[in-house]
Amino acid sequence: MTHQIIIAGFGGQGIMSMGQLLAYAGMLEDKNVSWLPSYGPEMRGGTANCNVIISDDMVASPIITKATAVIAMNKPSLDKFENAVSRGGLLLINSSLIDRKASRDDIEVCYIPANEIAEKLGNSRVANMVMLGSYIAKSNAVSPGSVINSLTKVLGSSKAHFIPINQKALSMGAEYVK
Amino acid sequence: MSKVLMKGNEAIAEAAIRAGCRYFFGYPITPQNEIPAYMAKRMPETGGCFIQAESEVSAINMVYGAAGAGARVMTSSSSPGISLKQEGISYMAAAELPCVIVNMVRGGPGLGGIQPAQSDYFQATKGGGHGDYHLVVLAPSTIQEAADLVIEGFDIADQYRNPVMILGDGILGQMMEPVEFRFSNRRELPPKTWATTGHTGERPRNIINSLIIDPQALEDHVNRIYQKYGHIMKNEVKVECCNCDNADIIVAAYGTTSRIVKSVIYLARQEGIDVGLIRPITLWPFPANEFSRWADRQHVKAFLTVEMSTGQMVEDVRLGVNGKKPVFFYGRTGGMVPEPSAILEEIKKVMRSVMK
Repeated sequence: MTHQIIIAGFGGQGIMSMGQLLAYAGMLEDKNVSWLPSYGPEMRGGTANCNVIISDDMVASPIITKATAVIAMNKPSLDKFENAVSRGGLLLINSSLIDRKASRDDIEVCYIPANEIAEKLGNSRVANMVMLGSYIAKSNAVSPGSVINSLTKVLGSSKAHFIPINQKALSMGAEYVK
Repeated sequence: MSKVLMKGNEAIAEAAIRAGCRYFFGYPITPQNEIPAYMAKRMPETGGCFIQAESEVSAINMVYGAAGAGARVMTSSSSPGISLKQEGISYMAAAELPCVIVNMVRGGPGLGGIQPAQSDYFQATKGGGHGDYHLVVLAPSTIQEAADLVIEGFDIADQYRNPVMILGDGILGQMMEPVEFRFSNRRELPPKTWATTGHTGERPRNIINSLIIDPQALEDHVNRIYQKYGHIMKNEVKVECCNCDNADIIVAAYGTTSRIVKSVIYLARQEGIDVGLIRPITLWPFPANEFSRWADRQHVKAFLTVEMSTGQMVEDVRLGVNGKKPVFFYGRTGGMVPEPSAILEEIKKVMRSVMK
């Protein structure tokens, strides 16, 4: 089984961290993983995306052209990557920031008001974790436990006090798509 | 030792430190900035020295100095910065100084762009600076391999007293994969009796020099260096062959591009085409014999070289195949990365043309 995930949004939404958490969690489960960021003259507020592959086999190309899932955190990302979802794949749309519906009918689409859910938790910055929770619940790419174990590695010890809210955001996201 | 998830650039820097590199001199340029940034943080922790020089020219000459004193030393840059280092690299090859130079290639020529490319193949393998010399050029395709080759690269540099280049690209530098720092195949290395470490009157003084005015003496020196290259060509070739045993077509690709080709092998099989891959890991010395050997096989109809350039390694592939089978080329350049579907189309095109 190979999961090929494109995560996209604007700089500052935690796009890269979402991808790193997924990749780290996959590694903790002894899977082959890769994480590839878009890099360029981009900054906070600009566009950001990353490609994450989690596979039982060796990861050949780290570049994803046909994604098993796309997580679109804002509208330009949906416009850019909707067609990258392979037939029967999964499209997760952050409906807090995206007012349009998906135009594909050959894929599974989930609308998640990630920012609203995050604000209910008291910090809109965990919207990315809400989406990640939804993705994991839908795809079973990695277990929620592995993601939580990865949090300490990716966030670093100085941000350890953010772990509980991230954990909550992950489970709220999972709840929402159940 | 457990695996950690690291960026290619950071893994290369950490591997160098584990290999005993204690001096790093560099100058910033995208897409390799994580190497100097990591070194700036880690070198002081290991008792080593990091200097951000005032230019690439200055950095490579600092490398010359540290290598001359017998230290393990590294520099890194990306294409335009590597061009600036070429004079110093030629001097180091002439003075037989070991070091590791990392080039995370970006699109060129000129200042070019910052996206991944393989357009520095000629510069890396054919002697980017002046004079008769070669670098040992190692081209990793995964972050694990990058770490392994950096560690082995320091040994190769010390064994042969010659600069070694790690040729990557922006993708390899920026992406993250699990990596484990391991020391397989450590070599018995000769002591650096030639280094300028201070003779304290107990031995004749050592001189590190690349100026040899007498033409006969210079020819003798160059010939001696070429004898050394002969040993390198005999002993240090590294190549991976993948799925070649029944292949109709063999694709030649290195680094990031070879990984894309591995995805294509699977796609082609679904269309009934058996595609093999020859992946040179050492670009110099080039695995010419491997190409010659497979070109003799009846089932192999043609070769296709795929590069992120307008066609550089393809010349060495042609020399290896030596006219026994047709050699085709497909490339993207300027920071564009070939897509699996486009490579598959090229493979089909080649099949049609050789089946006629």
